[in-house]
Amino acid sequence: MLVLGIDTSCDDTCAAVLKDDFEILSSVVSSQDEVHGRFGGVVPELASRKHVENIIPIIDHALSSARAALSDIDVIAVTRGPGLVGSLVVGVSAAKALSLSRSIPLLGINHIEGHIASSFLTPNRPAYPFVALVVSGGHTNLYIARREGEYMLMGQTLDDAAGEAFDKVAKLLGLGYPGGRAIESAANRVRGEPVEFTRPYMKKGSHDFSFSGIKTAARNVVAAAEALDEALIGRIAAGFQEAVIDVLVSKTLDLARRESIDTIVVTGGVAANTRLRTVMDERASKRGTRVLLPPKHLCTDNAAMIAAVGRIRAHEAALNNLTLNAVSRWTI
Amino acid sequence: MSSSSAGHGQNNSRTDEPGADGRSIVTRSPEQTFALGAVMGGAAVGGTVLCLFGDLGSGKTKLTQGLAAGLTVPKTYAVTSPTFTYVNEYPGRLALYHIDLYRISSPDELLDLGWEEYMWADGVVAVEWAERAGEYLPEKRIDIAITITGTDERRFDITFNGEHAAIDAALISRTHER
Repeated sequence: MLVLGIDTSCDDTCAAVLKDDFEILSSVVSSQDEVHGRFGGVVPELASRKHVENIIPIIDHALSSARAALSDIDVIAVTRGPGLVGSLVVGVSAAKALSLSRSIPLLGINHIEGHIASSFLTPNRPAYPFVALVVSGGHTNLYIARREGEYMLMGQTLDDAAGEAFDKVAKLLGLGYPGGRAIESAANRVRGEPVEFTRPYMKKGSHDFSFSGIKTAARNVVAAAEALDEALIGRIAAGFQEAVIDVLVSKTLDLARRESIDTIVVTGGVAANTRLRTVMDERASKRGTRVLLPPKHLCTDNAAMIAAVGRIRAHEAALNNLTLNAVSRWTI
Repeated sequence: MSSSSAGHGQNNSRTDEPGADGRSIVTRSPEQTFALGAVMGGAAVGGTVLCLFGDLGSGKTKLTQGLAAGLTVPKTYAVTSPTFTYVNEYPGRLALYHIDLYRISSPDELLDLGWEEYMWADGVVAVEWAERAGEYLPEKRIDIAITITGTDERRFDITFNGEHAAIDAALISRTHER
């Protein structure tokens, strides 16, 4: 079985071909350097129009890299939410057109479920039940995955996503974009004590997150400083990063402990942060909890993870799925 | 949320009469900012566009969370920052479209975003980083400029462009109830 995955939920246009047993034959992301070279130019941040230009070449590229033809594809899996409707609709329309014209069963996929399923694209697959932390620029969601396709949302951010807080604090500190990488490298260069930030734990037992207050606290430190020199930037970056990671790791481990679950999956763009990976791994292994961190290129947005959900849910795929629409909010 | 809990309202140099073109209000905690938003949400009518101007951490999302409460958006919806998604939609007494232009690099990108559809919809629109919309801002709108005046203190300079009697009246009675 071959599954074609398509994702246009955010900034990147993504397509991938997945074989049985979750083997990735190709995975193409429009912001990849290789793709930039191929199609020229830089993908702008708001990409609805760019998605329209990219979608067919990116799908073609994914098929040819996989040495597959459209006639070889058994299921098309496309992200239908959550995201910006104007962007989502580009992938959904392309998928519907291919499905209809080539009689290929079609399936609408939740982008967050895709992030969770990215853990199945690695040799060490999680066994159910497991705790999943999906942490990115747009999401900070904590789930229990009970069995295939069954997720319970146990906590989420009530204001800013963790990745967004990284980006905005990076901006406050005059560091570059993307903020996660910039904060991490500034933190790595720190000399002296990191600035201490209060951990926003919320009320006891809550697995919800809040990162807006810590962003404002960082802003207040910057505003109170006489000069924002490199030393202070490093101390704020290190203290901020440590506080955010501490909260993410603590709440995830606490949920696993309360539910007596011994496997944790961490994915989403922020899961590419090396410090988060290290701290999560260290603190979990002390308690005998297994942490699965997909490789960084599978943590960030991609279509292989969408194809993976398509593979899991292949039996739900349908022909003539023309009522499939894009949805901006879709909680799993 | 009763309007009297919205905390210390102040009218600075602006007039306190309905129909005036604006007023200034000071809040002293995130909770008071939320309450201010709730007062506006409670009085908002379809087609209201609120443009929020203010630095990182000034309370734009907090104000919008209050707005959502005033619009009776169910509590099961976490009103979160739309920075990455550009637009979050919520059902309520009136639909709330929470738009964030932080990641926009040119006003022309608004057309890709479906901006005009939101501006003409019969819901309530809250736009963060509204200055990035340039000439695409509608003429009839409420501008809310937020200034960070202390660690937890914020000043909201509210300017009515066009007729917004219901929200204006709610803000006045909120001030008087105090």
